Amino acid sequence: MLKIFNLAARNLLRYKRRTMLTSALITLGVVAVLLFISVSGSFKSMMVGQITDSMLGHIQIHKKGYVASVDSLPLNRNLTGKQINKVKELLEGDQAVEAFSMRIKFGAMFSNFTETTNIRLNAVSPKAEMATVPLLQNRFLKGEKKGLLKKGEIIIPELIAKGMQVKVGDTIVLVANNKDGSVNGQTFTVRGILEGLSGPGGRDGIIHIDDARSLLRIGQAEVSEIAIRLKDIGELPRFSDLLSHELGSIRNKLDKPVFEIHTWEKLSPFFNIAKMIDLMTLFIKIMLVAIVLVSIMNVMIMAVFERINEIGTIAAIGTSPGKIMGLFVMEGFLLGILGTVTGTLISLVTMYVLNISQICFDFGRQTGLLLAPTIEATDVVTIGCIVIAISVLASLQPAWKAARMDPITALRHV
Amino acid sequence: MSVVVAKALEKTYVAGDIRVEAIRGVDFSIEPASFVSFLGPSGSGKSTLLNMIGCLDPPTSGSLLVAGQDITGLSRKEAARFRGEHIGFVFQDFNLVPVLTVYENVEYPLQMVQDWPSAKRKARVMELLEAVDMAEQSGKYPNQISGGQKQRVAVARALVTNAKLVLADEPTANLDSETAGRIINLMQKMRDEFATTFVFSTHDPRIVDNVEITFTLTDGKLSQNLVPGGTRHA
Repeated sequence: MLKIFNLAARNLLRYKRRTMLTSALITLGVVAVLLFISVSGSFKSMMVGQITDSMLGHIQIHKKGYVASVDSLPLNRNLTGKQINKVKELLEGDQAVEAFSMRIKFGAMFSNFTETTNIRLNAVSPKAEMATVPLLQNRFLKGEKKGLLKKGEIIIPELIAKGMQVKVGDTIVLVANNKDGSVNGQTFTVRGILEGLSGPGGRDGIIHIDDARSLLRIGQAEVSEIAIRLKDIGELPRFSDLLSHELGSIRNKLDKPVFEIHTWEKLSPFFNIAKMIDLMTLFIKIMLVAIVLVSIMNVMIMAVFERINEIGTIAAIGTSPGKIMGLFVMEGFLLGILGTVTGTLISLVTMYVLNISQICFDFGRQTGLLLAPTIEATDVVTIGCIVIAISVLASLQPAWKAARMDPITALRHV
Repeated sequence: MSVVVAKALEKTYVAGDIRVEAIRGVDFSIEPASFVSFLGPSGSGKSTLLNMIGCLDPPTSGSLLVAGQDITGLSRKEAARFRGEHIGFVFQDFNLVPVLTVYENVEYPLQMVQDWPSAKRKARVMELLEAVDMAEQSGKYPNQISGGQKQRVAVARALVTNAKLVLADEPTANLDSETAGRIINLMQKMRDEFATTFVFSTHDPRIVDNVEITFTLTDGKLSQNLVPGGTRHA
């Protein structure tokens, strides 16, 4: 094997320019794929992290039909105390669950005593909410983050703060009507101003859950949704299936399911963008395969054609067809290795430079997002293996042709 | 025992409706350590005969024994192995591998075909390079040496495996008169030193003058001429 390797390497060096050009083409393909995977992958995981860790959680449980009518924030589709206890029992007994948060979602009139507007609100228990969506505090543009909020305080979205010219420490009034239609009002102190996010709940204000119960005059324990955070997001499909199985079997008097379970993927429109990124990654990989296949095959066909006489000579003096085939496959393999190693090195250096350059970008209303490309070792190995395998595959046909060549015809070739 | 024994050997090429009888039932034998040439005009079948002896082209019918083995039914792989073990080739255009040095070209059959151990290989290669007076040029590549030197390297490569039969197709055609003479002398010396049989396909009168047996081919048929003036070095 070593002698075939040695001879193949020398044959590649014989046509230095062509070898350089071909491996440069493969290098370019590898760099394009690795950089795209690293940049798009880190963008995707950052956005997914932002959405799940500062807003949605990994999974949400609602009463059946709530999500379909979420735009009207219906209070008559809240989960009841008995239903909440059933879910709590299930969540507290599962090791996969890190935290969960009960939320009451409702709409209210927001007044600064001179102007009035509408606001969507999330009423939460601060401790449970911080454990479920730990990056929520990072969305604070102004105000004290620690402890999130106390009773009597409100965190308002930045658009309302700007539009209504409300600052941290100001007093505002919320007026809401409960599910029976009666109206109630309550004053709140602005605790903080929250950065908006794309997706459901991204522009909601936040108050304490006890304040919501008092404002809405909810006597018994009831909530609109339960957001769940898992210890490992990789457990999402399994745990989602488990919840669907356990809670899906609970039916009301009309034999209809009581609960509905949604993963973040079903709740956030960003999931479609993430899927699009995955699709683009697949296309880039297919392009890489095509580049490697065409360039290696072209070079190897040329190599066989140019060395017909030489193939005839080595065949005549006793080189077996298998060794002749091995020689040309080895040349393709070495071209693949050269392109892969060079491409990987260039990609890793470029990623390092991008990371230390601290490049920021905007996405929707989110500005100043830090571009931090990273790539899993498994992705690098996978791409490398694909390129090398395709290089070998592309050289098989020319190598087979060389091995099957009739020595007499080959020796006559000029 | 004869190195080559051919009986009723025939080779017919068929291309569509066209049928060419290149060799028409020839019988001959070649003795060990002899200097033999096949003569004949273009198209007489001498290259075809040489290719059949060299296990490169199977006969259509008849029997052909080379080094005591019937080579008529060998597969591609078996034929390659047989050539590697028993037959050496010297070509008109030298056919050295351009990416290998003189040393590596001679070493090639031992390394890529026969898998000799390194130390034994080195000793054998140097022995042959010294015999053809190319030891000092061993590090050079084929494009750094002259045509005559290339042919000397080719002779060393043909003999390095202890082949008992060397087939040389017009070995002096691309050499000037003086160099051709030296190559013929070298091959005679090698024949005497290693008891190798040299079989030529040639038009070169200098080779014809030096062989012991000349087979003349005319339209695929053979006639044998003993050449009394053929030189045999003791």
